[in-house]
Parts: sequence; C-alpha cells; structure tokens
Amino acid sequence: MSLFRNPFDGETNLTCACGRHASQAEHDVDAEKLSRQALENAVMRSLFPRDAERRRFIRSVGAGTASAAIASLFPFGALEAMAQDKGKIEKKDLKLGFIPITCATPLIMSAPLGFYEKQGLNVTLVKTAGWALIRDKTMNKEYDASHLLAPMPLAISLGVGSGAMPMQVATIQNSNGQAITLAMKHKDKRDPKKWKGFKFAVPFEFSMHNFLLRYYVAEHGLDPDKDIQIRVVPPPEMVANLRAGNIDGYLGPDPFNQRAVYDQVGFIHLLTKELWDGHPCCSLGVRSEWVKENPNTFAALYRAILNAAAMAASPGNRTTIANAIAPANYLNQPVPVLEQVLTGKYADGLGDVKNDPGRIEFDPVPWNALGIWILSQMKRWSYLKGDVKYKEIVDQVYLMTDAKKRMKEEGILAPADMPKKIIVMGKAFDASKPDAYVSSFAIKRT
Amino acid sequence: MPTPAQLAGTAWKQLSDPFYDAGSNDKGIGIQLAYSLGRVGLGFGLAALVAIPLGFLIGLSPLAYGALNPFIQVLKPISPLAWMPLALYTIKDSTISSIFVIFICSIWPMLINTAHGVASVRRDWLNVAKTLEAGTVRTAFQVILPAAAPTILTGMRISMGIAWLVIVAAEMLVGNLGVGYFVWNEWNNLSLSNVIFAIGVIGVVGMLLDLAFGALQRAVTYVE
Repeated sequence: MSLFRNPFDGETNLTCACGRHASQAEHDVDAEKLSRQALENAVMRSLFPRDAERRRFIRSVGAGTASAAIASLFPFGALEAMAQDKGKIEKKDLKLGFIPITCATPLIMSAPLGFYEKQGLNVTLVKTAGWALIRDKTMNKEYDASHLLAPMPLAISLGVGSGAMPMQVATIQNSNGQAITLAMKHKDKRDPKKWKGFKFAVPFEFSMHNFLLRYYVAEHGLDPDKDIQIRVVPPPEMVANLRAGNIDGYLGPDPFNQRAVYDQVGFIHLLTKELWDGHPCCSLGVRSEWVKENPNTFAALYRAILNAAAMAASPGNRTTIANAIAPANYLNQPVPVLEQVLTGKYADGLGDVKNDPGRIEFDPVPWNALGIWILSQMKRWSYLKGDVKYKEIVDQVYLMTDAKKRMKEEGILAPADMPKKIIVMGKAFDASKPDAYVSSFAIKRT
Repeated sequence: MPTPAQLAGTAWKQLSDPFYDAGSNDKGIGIQLAYSLGRVGLGFGLAALVAIPLGFLIGLSPLAYGALNPFIQVLKPISPLAWMPLALYTIKDSTISSIFVIFICSIWPMLINTAHGVASVRRDWLNVAKTLEAGTVRTAFQVILPAAAPTILTGMRISMGIAWLVIVAAEMLVGNLGVGYFVWNEWNNLSLSNVIFAIGVIGVVGMLLDLAFGALQRAVTYVE
C-alpha cells in the first residue's frame, strides 16, 4: 500500500493509493517503521501535494537531507516516542462503538490501517444504530470507549436527558464535516426566511447539529421551537426519510449529505464550515471510571487515535482513507461519496462542483472553549436551567489540559491556543463571558 | 428500483457464500440468520418454560385465572418494542435485551392458549379420571396435557410467528448482528436489492418455522 512506502525514495510514486493491501504490506515490513513512514508520508504529502515536485525535491537534495529537513519541521521522533509502550496494557481486547459516519474517521480507520494493532490493542468496532443506543451501550459498559457527539459527554456528565455518569472527552474526532441538505423540491427556497413550517432532522438533541441548526435559523429570525419542526432521526435513515418526503431537510453528518446528492434526492444548501469554520462535531468519549481503571490502555488508545488523526489531517491521505473505511464492515458507502466528503471536491446537487479542502478536518485537541460554547447553547435553548458553572464542568469533561500536558511530555508541538477563533456566523465568542453571550441573542428560551 | 436481473445477481452472490466473515460488522446471511434464530430460540424457549406451567395453573384454577387475567389483558397488547428502552436501561446489555423482548412478546399467546386449552378439557374425561382414582399429577400429565396439547401448540405457533416478526424490528433498533441488522445496514447504503433479498429470506425462514410447528401440531391432534 502506497501509504507505507518510503516517501523519501525518489522513484516511489505516492499518488497511487488503492488501499486494499494494508494487511499484506504490514506483514512484509516491520510495524514500527511502517507507522513512522505513514506519518512521514502524511507530512510529505501535505508539503508536496503534487508528487512530481516531491520527487524533484528529493532528487535535488538527497533523501537523507530531505528527511532531516522535514523532521526539523515536524516532530516525528516525538510521535514515535509516544507510540512506544509506557506501561503494561490492562485490557487488550476493546469494544468501541461507532455510528457509520465520516466523523468517526480516525476511530474507524485505525482498525483497517493498523493503528490499534500497533499499540497492542485488539479492537472490535461495533456499528451502532443511533445515538441514544450508543449512549446507553456506553453507559452500560458494553463499550469501553465510544464515538460520541461532542456535546454528549457534557450532557451525560450533567445527567441531562439521561442518567448522570461522569464521562470524558479524550479527543475531538473531527471538526466541520456537516451540512444542511434540503429536498430537491426546495431548490428555490434558499433563503431561510422562507422555511417556516419546514420539518428538519438532526441526529440527536445533544448534538452540534441541533445547536447549529437552531443558531442558523434563529439568526434569520425564525424561532426553532415554533416556526420549524426539529426531529431526531438517526443519520443513516436521513436520506430515506428525505426521499419519502417525511422531512424537508436536515443538518446531518456526512456522508449522508453527499449521499443525498449521489441519489439525487437533495442538494447541499451549505456546509456547516460556512457557519463556523472549525466547529467540533464528534468526540471519543470514555467513562471516567474506565480511565481510572485502565490508564495504560487509555493512553494506548489515545496514541492510536492521535496518530490516526495526524494521518487524516493531511489532505493527501484522504483518498486512501476513503478506500479503507468504505467497506460494508465500516461505513458501507460507495467510495466516490466518501472521496467527495473527505477531499472536499464535491457536487452540490444543483449542478455545480465545489472545491473546499476544509470540508472536514481532524483536530484532536478538545479545546475547553468548544465545550463552553456547547454549554452556552444548551443554556440558550433551556436544556440547562439555572446557573451554569461553565468552566468547572468543561474542565472535568474535556481533557484539554491532560491532552496538552501529555503532548508536551511526548514533545509534540501542542498549539498554545486554538488554531481558529470561535466565530459563528460572523459573531465572535468569548469563552470567559458565556452568560453575556447567551443573553446577547434575540431568540432564546432562558 | 433494482431490476429482476440485479436482484437475482444479489441473491446469487449472497447465497453462494452465506457464511463469509469480513469483520465484526459484515457477515454472510447464513451467520446473520443463525444469530437471529439463536435469539428467537432462546427468548421463545424461556417464554415457553414460563408460559406453559403458568398457563396450566391458570387453566386449572379459576382463582388464579381471576387474579392474573387483568394483568395479562393489560400487558398483552403492549408492542414488545416499547419494552426496549426500559430493557436496555435495566438489563444493561443489548443482546439480553433483545432476547427479553422476544420473551415478552411470545409469552402471551402461549399463556392464554394453554390456559384456555386446560380449562376446556371435557369434564367427562376428568370425571372418568376421578372415578379411576387417578392422582392430580397423573391426571395433569395423562389426561389434561394430551387433551390440551393441540391448543397449546396453536399458542406456540402463534408465538413463534410473532417472535420472528419482532426479532427483525428489534435488531434494526438495537443493531445486533442478525437479519434485522442486515436489513438496516443495507438500508444505510440504500441498497434496495439487498433489502429485497433479505425480505425474501425472512419470509422463507418464517414460513419454515411455521411449517415446523404445523407438523408438531398435527402430531398431537386427536380425533374425539
């Protein structure tokens, strides 16, 4: 598989990526070296999107020099050190739940691309039918860790909408990557002011989708509780419901926005990136108790996901990843759909082809400010009542401090501050004044 | 919609390799069927273990009948899937929850039919047993059971039909491996030819189960 070929070999052609020979290649080469090469590949591809340029560069300076030069920019050694086992893994066989959507890319790709195996973990990925179910199964301890929507660990820790159980967000899985899809018949109603009476679907109450959709329509003067209907529909069922005319549109996760276009039942009205560039979506959630019982296993899992996210963050790897996660065992989607989602070169369903490489991004650090924004919206729409201790709650649930400390220990460059400021539809969010933010909105339920 | 040729192709592909195992979420139709049948068998078996003795008791004793009947009447019409959230919350295991749902849906027809069958054994036969000084246990096993057997088996046959209906829905809801999961997974992919194939398989297996119980029923039927 091209991912594991030596990127510093001037003759290697990195553009070929069939993605089907992961295990065969793994058998051939030493696993340690492979992962390092995968990382180096990721970096090289992002530095040299065009393969010809990379080859020319390596031929002119030599592979050794190139390797050293790149290493000075990117901490391969640190990532590798992180990959070394620090302590004995308490639990080797893990069961992780996931919903078949591209948000779970780092979690899913780690299985076919061998990131778990390399950390000494034997992970079974269990496809799950919906968010309520994945919450119950996580709380019931059927899953060791799970793909959860970024607001869910906050809601579960607070006992909002379920029993209370301390949960933690280990990493954010993805940012952006969602869209508003409308049924074909509404192609002339692009102005949200005309959406009165529309029925929308979101994947779950405690989701960025719900909060962003509410935010979006409220900014256009519609009251999300009165002027439109918002229903909870599991992501995989959204396209079928749109086709059947049960809903007018949805703010849902990919690939189901692109799938609606692929099946010609809807069009992409806008990407959520256009509302808030860099918003979190899904997270890797774990029970606090589990982390305490299995600290080394947790660290190994953490390393696997960080490595996967690092690979996924590079646009050049996206085609490989699309091929790795498409089979029926994982997303069960046509490769072209996933490719359009992951590479950001997509058909919008209205006859245009758009190019937006930031359609989905993978920034694993659970910045606390993100959690505070989520709580502010939960407060705004009255999911939380009374005084909210924003900072305290988020500090307990979002492991940002831990994540940054761990990255620092391992020598990984942890950005000091969020790479992108929180600006939602042109309005900046100050995480130190969440209450003022909530009361600044005209439409709210407080 | 898929054409008949596409359907035939799908069916051939699935049936030619029914036991493939391509990972924890992608298994052949044969394996999926085995999972579903296993759950139905367990839930149904447990229900029979509870329903038949309890039904016997209710049929024999008008007092027990009077005491339990109101509860049965309230519980019987509840859609078994409505129990699912409660089951998941209390049992804390999705596989056992789906078995519980099968249990709860198949218990009522068996219970009611057993009670009815036992209660309507001809008085003459019971009186004959009495004059022959047969004990309670002997009467129960040698007179009442054979007399009520056809009705009990009718109840079991109805229960099995319902259990097979419910398992597909339960698996779609909970997403455990099984035929229901297969349908749901292919629905995700909007692969109608696979969904139609699965519908066919579910129908055929349901029919075979019904035929099996029909044969059992004929075996215990008697001519008065």
